[in-house]
Amino acid sequence: MQHELKRALQKPVAERKWVMVIDLRKCVGCHACTIGCVAENKLPPGVVYRPVIEEEFGTYPNVGRRFTPRPCMQCQNPPCVPVCPVNATWKRPDGVIIIDYDKCIGCRYCITACPYNARTFDFGEFFSDGTPSRAPYEEAPTFEYGKSRYRRNEQSPVGNARKCHFCLHRVEVGQLPMCATTCIGRATYFGDANDPDSLVSELIANPNVMRLKEELGTDPRVYYLT
Amino acid sequence: MATNAATHQRIGSKALIAVWLLLVLIGAQGLWLRFVSGHQPAAYGSYVTWGLWVATYIYFAGISAGAYLLTSLVYVGKLRRFERFAPLGLFVAAITMMLALIAILVDLGHMGRFYYIFFRPNFSSMMAWMVWLYAAYTVLVLAQLRLALRPRLVEHSRDAGVRGRVARFLLAGRTDAAPEQLDADKRKLRLLAALGIPLVVTFSGGVGALFATVVAQPYWHTALYPIFFLTGAVVSGGALLLAAIAFLWPERDEALQSAIGSLASLVLAVLLFDLMLEWAEFSVAMWYGIGHQNAMMSRVLWGPYWYVFWVFHILIGSLIPIGILARHRRSSFALGIGGLLVAGAFMAVRLNIVIPALVEPQLKGLEEAYYDKRLVFEYLPTWFEWQVVFFVLAAGIALFYVGCRLLPVLNSSQFGESNEPRQH
Repeated sequence: MQHELKRALQKPVAERKWVMVIDLRKCVGCHACTIGCVAENKLPPGVVYRPVIEEEFGTYPNVGRRFTPRPCMQCQNPPCVPVCPVNATWKRPDGVIIIDYDKCIGCRYCITACPYNARTFDFGEFFSDGTPSRAPYEEAPTFEYGKSRYRRNEQSPVGNARKCHFCLHRVEVGQLPMCATTCIGRATYFGDANDPDSLVSELIANPNVMRLKEELGTDPRVYYLT
Repeated sequence: MATNAATHQRIGSKALIAVWLLLVLIGAQGLWLRFVSGHQPAAYGSYVTWGLWVATYIYFAGISAGAYLLTSLVYVGKLRRFERFAPLGLFVAAITMMLALIAILVDLGHMGRFYYIFFRPNFSSMMAWMVWLYAAYTVLVLAQLRLALRPRLVEHSRDAGVRGRVARFLLAGRTDAAPEQLDADKRKLRLLAALGIPLVVTFSGGVGALFATVVAQPYWHTALYPIFFLTGAVVSGGALLLAAIAFLWPERDEALQSAIGSLASLVLAVLLFDLMLEWAEFSVAMWYGIGHQNAMMSRVLWGPYWYVFWVFHILIGSLIPIGILARHRRSSFALGIGGLLVAGAFMAVRLNIVIPALVEPQLKGLEEAYYDKRLVFEYLPTWFEWQVVFFVLAAGIALFYVGCRLLPVLNSSQFGESNEPRQH
């Protein structure tokens, strides 16, 4: 995947089509992707980009469990984009939906419009609130969208909607998204679906591929292997 | 007896002032907290992301639209016996619109960026449309109000005190009160009202569309919502106007009683129509007892906050006022109480629009996927949120009181007529 990523980066942005494939048969529900994402993006309380949904099926002794990581679906037809009253969120040519924190007014209309609950709001809270001092990791900058930002004094991204962006700041320097890197079972794949030789292109051609809420016509770019 | 009545009135006034001061104190603390702590003391989160303030916003926006629509229909339809109340209607519409805008402003994550909607609007967003329509509507209401008050402002402008100064400022030198000028004003007023009616129908239905166009929320995503919002606006706005006229109009004559009776009949009819729409909305979605909408509506009817629907909306806001409006036709006090109940309890309808849609996870199991107090599918407003709403209410009361003192909105003379006999 690393080589494919570098190959894709040689192409113009508009010719890339980033997709994520998650093999639910391999996911063990360790939540390493969730924690890796929180650490990478310095996510505060109330903000999560990639929770893992756990479900239990059946009745003892015939029982089973399923773990479904839920990043942003980076929809081809994103319902969250047209609702933004100030054009603060849009789809990049490579298909990733991004937010301009300096434009977002914090109306949270996009949060209500997402059919996957994939957007969250930054309330300006810290894990160390109520303790004598702030933890150093909470004062470190986040590098989302390639810009170094500190969360302080109600400045953006505090007061903004936030979401998974496929770790664009990593991808654009040739690194895989943090969730793909930290997955202990190698259940998360990432790559360019416009590259016919990429692993993700091969995987999404499988008959056991599904996407969440396909009936809505959002055309998600996160695929699940079941 | 007269002394007793005067004493009671004084005690009543003092009690009202005390309640208002309490609202101001509690509300000011809430607003201060909003500025220093942002959204942190609020109970809404990342999933139930809209709460009491958004409900307050659509509540006041609805009242404003309703009051304006009825008032403009008076001008356009040349309903002369209602014309003397029209400035009061415009005044109520202007104030409640301001309250709606305060409520939605404090709800923004970045209040200081609200003007971005004017400079970089995205017209595919219903919210952008709404803000632009509100702006146009506010300008229109204020222009209409000035025109409607102009003949009376000319009289006020002769006063030496604050009232006179305010009148002279608003008139900006246009003190001509000749019958031809007043007729010209009246024509302009009718024209503005004619322009305002489609505008207010658009923005009132548009608030409904702001919710209805959200495909992700089946509870909101219904074509009935824009119509539902329009009728709701007429019900709540008409009811508040009814209460204001019944309680505050200074001249208690037969014409007033007749006008109040007619307004009460209108409110009653539209309230019944609104309930019929609501029945359609609920019964269609719940008939077979399955589906996403059924789950959310069941929560509204039988969930933990069932009393919002049954007690506040149905009992206090519908059944009791229906009884009052239908039976006590001759008592302006009773009709005023009826109007106040409908208008006040309509907040329950607004809360039941905003919140239930968001308390159902979009994906099953998401509620347990990540533990955080902001990532839950439950919501009950905090005291802080109510405090801010109290501030909005206190601001509304203050604006209304000051407006009534300084502007001739409660003047019983009709458009173009002075209280004094005209000189020929």
